[in-house]
Amino acid sequence: MKAAVVVFPGSNRERDVCAALERSTGRKPLVVWHRESELPDADLIVIPGGFSYGDYLRCGAMAAHSPVMREIKERAAKGTPVLGICNGFQILTEAGLLPGALLPNRTLKFHCKDVHLRVESSQTLFTHGYETGQTIRVPVAHHDGNYFADDATLDRLEADGLVAFRYCTPDGEVTDAANSNGSARNIAGIFNETKTVLGLMPHPEDATDPLLGSTDGKPLFDGLVSALAGGR
Amino acid sequence: MKARVHVTLKPGVLDPQGKAIGHALASLGFGGVGEVRQGKFIELEVAETDPDRARAAVRDMCEKLLANTVIENYTIDLA
Repeated sequence: MKAAVVVFPGSNRERDVCAALERSTGRKPLVVWHRESELPDADLIVIPGGFSYGDYLRCGAMAAHSPVMREIKERAAKGTPVLGICNGFQILTEAGLLPGALLPNRTLKFHCKDVHLRVESSQTLFTHGYETGQTIRVPVAHHDGNYFADDATLDRLEADGLVAFRYCTPDGEVTDAANSNGSARNIAGIFNETKTVLGLMPHPEDATDPLLGSTDGKPLFDGLVSALAGGR
Repeated sequence: MKARVHVTLKPGVLDPQGKAIGHALASLGFGGVGEVRQGKFIELEVAETDPDRARAAVRDMCEKLLANTVIENYTIDLA
């Protein structure tokens, strides 16, 4: 599987996601600078976490309009899977590839800790390495992770099975206390309509090695490889 | 001409910063302050001299970049 990791000024998790991808694929992903208007051929496009453009105006707003995003939108429309993590999720919503927006955490604090997530469906490219309803532990590191969308959009996301992950207790209960950033309906990650674009605030790439305290993120990358490798 | 754009959170969108400002005002002894909402003010120098065309251009800027219309409203004043 050939993965392309897109880097903006202020991205800072590209090394983490490259390491996670390499652990699963056995090869280094391509790293693409945001000024490229032509993306190399890739089976997966990843937009990593960080603080692109210093979070100016709104988190992800500047990156969403950079030249490489036009190409990413075209690839996504043709079905190339796109994974946006943390700031990458914010960029995907700002670019209109995913619905809703990420507001400041309701606590107004930067959250840097492990959280538990409930996998809402295992029937996707990204999550088939998990069981539906499985609880996983992965870190978060964000200030603006409070997912917002209007009720009609949230209802549509739920009806169409487009909620990927929800914040939950270690036992898998979706409670308000487990939802520290205040996200609508505990949403931690969502898919687009074709389930080929995933955006999530937590960092599965930072839970792919025992040294990091959890390997619960690894099935996501392993699953992508088995779905997309096609012998490559 | 100058365009002044106010970007504000839509009603119903949680504004934790506004809430924190409200609490700080209360702790400073300012009574009688209800809900506080924080927004953004952006001033643009535009070359266009026709007010209608300038407004249309700035509206387009708001829709595409200056505001996120999922969560924000905007108003435009020309001067």
